[in-house]
Amino acid sequence: MSVLEVKHLTKTFGKFNALYDVNFDVKKGEVFGFIGPNGAGKSTTIRVLLGILKATEGQVKVFGKDAWDEAVDIHKHLAYVPGDVNLWPNLTGGEVIDLFVKLRGGNNNHKREELIKKFDLDPTKKCRTYSKGNRQKVALVAAFSSDADLYVLDEPTSGLDPLMERVFQECVMDVKSQGKSVLLSSHILSEVEKLCDRVGIIRQGQIIESGSLNEMRHLTRTHILVDTKQSITALEEFNGVHDIEETENGLTFQVDTEELDNVIKHVSQFGILKLESAPPTLEDLFMRHYEGNEKQGVTTNG
Amino acid sequence: MADQVLANTGRLARFIFRLDRIRIALWLIGLVIFTIIIPPAFDNLYKTQAERDAITETMANPAMTAMFGPGDLNHYTTGAMTAHQMVLMTAVIVGIMAILLMARHTRADEEDGRIEMIRALPSGRLSYLNASLVVTSATFIGLALFTGFGLYALGIESLDLEGSLLYGATLGGTGLVFAGVTAVFAQLSESSRGTIGWSTAVLLIAYLLRAITDVSNESLSWLSPLGWVSKAEIYSSNQWLPVLLMLAVSIILMVVSNYLNSIRDLGQGFIASKPGKKYASRFLQSPFGLAFRLQRTGFISWAIGLFVLGASYGSIFGDFETFFGDNEMYEQMLVQAEGASLVEQFIPTLMIVIALIATIPPVIAMNKLRGEEKKERLEHILTRAVSRTKLMGSYFVLAVINAFVMISLSALGLWSAGTSVMEEGLEFGMIYSAAIVYFPAMVAMIGIAILLNGFLPRMTHLVWLYFIYSFFVLYLGNMFQFPDWVGQLSPFGHIPQLPIEDAAFMPLFVLSIIAVGIIILGFIGFNKRDLQN
Ligand SMILES: Nc1ncnc2c1ncn2[C@@H]1O[C@H](COP(=O)(O)OP(=O)(O)O)[C@@H](O)[C@H]1O
Ligand SMILES: [Mg+2]
Repeated sequence: MSVLEVKHLTKTFGKFNALYDVNFDVKKGEVFGFIGPNGAGKSTTIRVLLGILKATEGQVKVFGKDAWDEAVDIHKHLAYVPGDVNLWPNLTGGEVIDLFVKLRGGNNNHKREELIKKFDLDPTKKCRTYSKGNRQKVALVAAFSSDADLYVLDEPTSGLDPLMERVFQECVMDVKSQGKSVLLSSHILSEVEKLCDRVGIIRQGQIIESGSLNEMRHLTRTHILVDTKQSITALEEFNGVHDIEETENGLTFQVDTEELDNVIKHVSQFGILKLESAPPTLEDLFMRHYEGNEKQGVTTNG
Repeated sequence: MADQVLANTGRLARFIFRLDRIRIALWLIGLVIFTIIIPPAFDNLYKTQAERDAITETMANPAMTAMFGPGDLNHYTTGAMTAHQMVLMTAVIVGIMAILLMARHTRADEEDGRIEMIRALPSGRLSYLNASLVVTSATFIGLALFTGFGLYALGIESLDLEGSLLYGATLGGTGLVFAGVTAVFAQLSESSRGTIGWSTAVLLIAYLLRAITDVSNESLSWLSPLGWVSKAEIYSSNQWLPVLLMLAVSIILMVVSNYLNSIRDLGQGFIASKPGKKYASRFLQSPFGLAFRLQRTGFISWAIGLFVLGASYGSIFGDFETFFGDNEMYEQMLVQAEGASLVEQFIPTLMIVIALIATIPPVIAMNKLRGEEKKERLEHILTRAVSRTKLMGSYFVLAVINAFVMISLSALGLWSAGTSVMEEGLEFGMIYSAAIVYFPAMVAMIGIAILLNGFLPRMTHLVWLYFIYSFFVLYLGNMFQFPDWVGQLSPFGHIPQLPIEDAAFMPLFVLSIIAVGIIILGFIGFNKRDLQN
């Protein structure tokens, strides 16, 4: 069952096309990673699904309800953390958290105290004195102490230290284990890799790739390090082999996943001493897509 | 040493000027034009000395002195008339300009973290403050010169060169003084709102102190910088001493601001902040409670300010009686009008000014909604279970309550001061109805702010243009003898002038219907549009 459905979403600002025919969905109980370079349209998409911006075209449904027309009903079961958390300089963090929790209609004091402690936040300080990370903590505490069904997080950890990032990850795992859904827009790929079941990659307002990480890995290359008794020959003649390099520890190269079988068969003829393989990282995926057209141009030429 | 502290001040000054060049140009052009269109208009309306002398008769009373300050009524040339009617009001506007310009590049930039970046560059600790002072000072020197030569260039006989230059210098000097005041408060207060608030309070107190002392004891007006404006006696005896005083005071204030800046940490003020509350009070936990909390300080300050304003005007009613008691001609001239008492005849004149000023805080309260949107804080509210109608409704209700409180308090101030200084006392009901009758017009102004927010959110400030228009045509309407429709383009022009006119029901009813209409439209617009910053 889909908690969030985005269909043919287009958003224009004046003449500028910020989003063009965006489609994706988030299923119940899953963590969906939303990644893309700066200015790709992540925040715009999120604002449309929050009913802050009105879709120019297309349909956005949250819990089966229209994101614009039924925003208030939707928001009773949704928690949001923006990337840039702007707070009121003369309210304290504690006051803001209470206000946010109350405006959603929930009330979970026990959770509030626990999270404030976990995130190591001083709720008696005025927001004026908070650093970016601390403001983000305020928004995170407010979000996770409310009992929502969908958590929408727009680059929520960009100001957190590694320790706090770990706490954040625990919070996400925690809500996931309760069967809640999460839409996580992020730049920190290790985080996305660790947390997300599926990802969507957006670039220049269009989704260019989406699916589970396993599916996506299929589309890319595995890193291989191999050391053999005799030196390997004719490897470069294989179609799907790239970036062959001689190192102290042996030969390294990348191989397209569909060619893996053939290549390993070929290599094994030379007497394997050592074989290490690493799955493609999200970074590889990311770089391939971000660098976009230039890179593709090079591969077709070469 | 000076190198270290003031490095790159010149470059920063040029940078600030670049940022603000359009803003500064608009202020200067607006003020200069506003000043130089007046004398030809007066010259046209009052062609002979006899006509001008006739108008002095309505000017020579405490209510007018409280509003315009003293003037040279015995030699009421076009020049003296311009100086009397215009210079004080223009000086107040110049004071507001100084506060807004100066707060921008001191505390506001500091609060938003921009000064931090500047300070990390090879610029001195005091460079940015002084760059900002240089730009503001240059602006007011420019204002002095443009206004001075502009007035002289009109070629009107009574506008001589010395008087014209003095006119400009007085305005420029006022600007410098309030730039200094703002520079000091930018060090003392921890926020830009506080800076603007405190500086405006000083401006208001200066005005009220001047109003009271001009009526009761003119030599005490030397205590108020705005009193100096009238003491210059422009286009009559041309006193330069007040201008020198302004220069001296502004230099002292600027030195003080430098000193204060040098002994504090970046981001800090001098009013220490204590730890706040760990939990939100019950009241805060709603959009309405939040909206109120954000405006609480402003609300209380304005409420006190308006009570004091009303009381200051009320306190002159005593002098009023003595004044008219001694003057039989006035008694005859005024009493013939429909049997209203002397004081009653002046109430509408005072009330229109009070009502217009009481409209400022509710309009600010309504525009706060847009301010919150610009700072991206509405997202926090709207992404929770709060509808747009409820959100805007909270600000609207607050603005309406604000309007009601402000107009009521100023009436209360006027009545309580007036009744205590008058022999026979004043009837509260009469004063209150003359004030509250403006309520529909105030709500209509709030409505305009809502309408702009709904449909032209980037132009919500246009409501102030409309407000200034209203102020101008109704405050100076009688002087300029505008046709009726000019005043009626403003909601305030439709309000019956109690107690000398009857409380006509129809105009108030129609005005209220129109107000409700534009408010509903504005809500619809707000519900249909994107949030944008
Ligand atoms: N209100 C707006 N008006 C015009 N352009 C906008 C507006 N909001 C966003 N954009 C543009 O839309 C694009 C997508 O922005 P955004 O969604 O914020 O990207 P990101 O993926 O970094 O979150 C950017 O090019 C941005 O400049
Ligand atoms: Mg973004």
